[in-house]
Amino acid sequence: MAASRELRDSQLRANLANATGAIRAKRARIVSELPDWQELRDAGSAIKADVMANLDTYLLQFEQALTAAGATVHWARDGGEACAVVADVARAHGVSEVVKVKSLTTDEIELNSALAQHGIHALETDFAELILQLDGDWSSHILVPAIHRNRTEIRDLFKRTIAPDIESDDPAVLAEASWRYLRGRFLDAKVGVSGANFGVAETGTLCVVESEGNGRMCTTLPPVLVSILGIEKLVPTFTDLEVFLQLLPRSSTGERMNPYTSLWTGVTDSDGPQELHVVLLDNGRTRVLRDEIGRQALHCIRCSACLNVCPVYTRTGGHAYGSVYPGPIGAILTPQLIGIENAPSLPFASSLCGACYEVCPVKIDIPRVLLHLREQAVDTAGKPGERFAMRAMGWIFGRASRLRFAQHLARLLQRPLIRSGVIRRLPPPFAAWTRTRDLRPVAPVSFVEERSSKQGRE
Amino acid sequence: MKIGLFATCVADTMFPEAVRATATILERLGHEVVVPAEQTCCGQMHMNSGYRRDALPLADRFLATYGNLALDAVVSPSSSCVGAIRDLYRKLLGIEHPLLERTMELSEFLVHRLGIEDVGASYPHRVTYHPTCHSLRVTRTGDAPLRLLRNVGDLELVELPDATECCGFGGTFAIKNAETSSAILADKCTAIESTGADVCTAVDGSCLLQIGGGLSRRGDRVRAVHLAEILASR
Repeated sequence: MAASRELRDSQLRANLANATGAIRAKRARIVSELPDWQELRDAGSAIKADVMANLDTYLLQFEQALTAAGATVHWARDGGEACAVVADVARAHGVSEVVKVKSLTTDEIELNSALAQHGIHALETDFAELILQLDGDWSSHILVPAIHRNRTEIRDLFKRTIAPDIESDDPAVLAEASWRYLRGRFLDAKVGVSGANFGVAETGTLCVVESEGNGRMCTTLPPVLVSILGIEKLVPTFTDLEVFLQLLPRSSTGERMNPYTSLWTGVTDSDGPQELHVVLLDNGRTRVLRDEIGRQALHCIRCSACLNVCPVYTRTGGHAYGSVYPGPIGAILTPQLIGIENAPSLPFASSLCGACYEVCPVKIDIPRVLLHLREQAVDTAGKPGERFAMRAMGWIFGRASRLRFAQHLARLLQRPLIRSGVIRRLPPPFAAWTRTRDLRPVAPVSFVEERSSKQGRE
Repeated sequence: MKIGLFATCVADTMFPEAVRATATILERLGHEVVVPAEQTCCGQMHMNSGYRRDALPLADRFLATYGNLALDAVVSPSSSCVGAIRDLYRKLLGIEHPLLERTMELSEFLVHRLGIEDVGASYPHRVTYHPTCHSLRVTRTGDAPLRLLRNVGDLELVELPDATECCGFGGTFAIKNAETSSAILADKCTAIESTGADVCTAVDGSCLLQIGGGLSRRGDRVRAVHLAEILASR
């Protein structure tokens, strides 16, 4: 994790603290209304565990239901295959622009840049995603991608790009500027692209949960729709949605219900898109599924509650994680999707405070998975110096006499470092401690030692 | 009761006064306190840092040291070490042992197990309490430390704003991600300063090392003191 730049940016830290603080308080209030919140979490966790255990069956059921409802199903082993499906559909219809619903999965596979290579522009229609696209920036939060920006920064950006006459930074004025820019594009669009929050195996229904309604514009106005979803997004039955449609809005935006929930099943004659492509994406997910401890990361419903409570995320923001999925969930999901050897520092970007586990609506034991991945990181990309130090500590702790000796040695070595009762400067590898913190010296005598010598005399 | 005292490597090296205070409190309550000379470390650092296999012999060692003493409980002044023993031994190392459930942090032992909220202490200071993450979410001591503090004579208890926020210690995280750890700590120190307290207390020596180190570097007069020391004061 590389957080130095972010930590020095005081505007960024203020923006983050305000925004995460507000969502967090709202979530806590709205969750406390439900007497059966813990039971809902248990239900969400159990449904997802069942999906993972029987994913092969549910996926085939889903494909069958979708096909019967008039959709075309594509299986994509990786991002490249998924992007190719979208590009082929867009080219078949001769379009140079597609309109997009906010979708993390399409960020994961870098769909926009893949389409750009074919001369196709992917227009982001989610307000925050649009802001980032206009500025060449990228998402720093799962739910609120432009959380690192405040409204004055957004007003200035709009003035430079889509609304030269804009003066006010009032949220309503900013939103209106985006509507004026997007409205015509929605009406002209021939191809829409979406992700999906859930796919119902039983019926082939896709579900998108959103706040703005721009997503629904993309899934209903264009005659052609391509929906890409990770294979872990399934729920077995339509009834199971009732659990997640309670868990998700309360956990993510702190609302009892989100403003727009769109559900669509295949193609309906003369209503909505007349051509529906559904891309089922693996991109590392079956590998995650093989890991019995790590697989619970696939239960994630992308609510982002774990980000808002994380002491690390709320200080550094999402960019420091260098991953599409930031925060605690990103720290356990990304290394598994792309391979631990490609993100060995991510599982260490946590103080193990456990706040994420406490709020997770599907009870992913994030601290437990972090420890599991830390072990893998040490095994595949561990630093020899650290390994030696840990072995040495293990050896010292192997006998009380060795620990006593180490304590005596520390007392001798620290002598020249003590200034008016504290150590203000330590040599490497502990120098990082004393850059911002004093250290109290090792005590003159340990209690266990004192007590054992007393017991020995008696 | 016959109680084994688990000092923990960090507390016994850096804060032996907190360990001594723990023994004092338990002995004053009339319990027999056993302090095995062979005790060292529970293995928490290894488990939390990705060295699970190196933690295994340390866990075995802990169980060998305390397992055959016919103890009613093992009590420790550190909730993160107790959490490591009670939670991680099972979850991470696959160990099942009757001793795990009987291993408790001091405040939860006093309030939840013994039902004692007044230990007859007196401590004439303005004190604020930082609930450490492991005491909140792993050992779940809840408001036990606050109940104990409310019954300490001459003590003025002041509420810490955003108390449940982490202090940023996190073991090797404090060194590996020192800048982030320090940014989290800075907010904690500011919150502590805002209370006007002379003392910030907690039930984890390692968090107190972080908080105390931060306060000292900022030139604050607020001291970081383990809860056991306050409860042993008269």
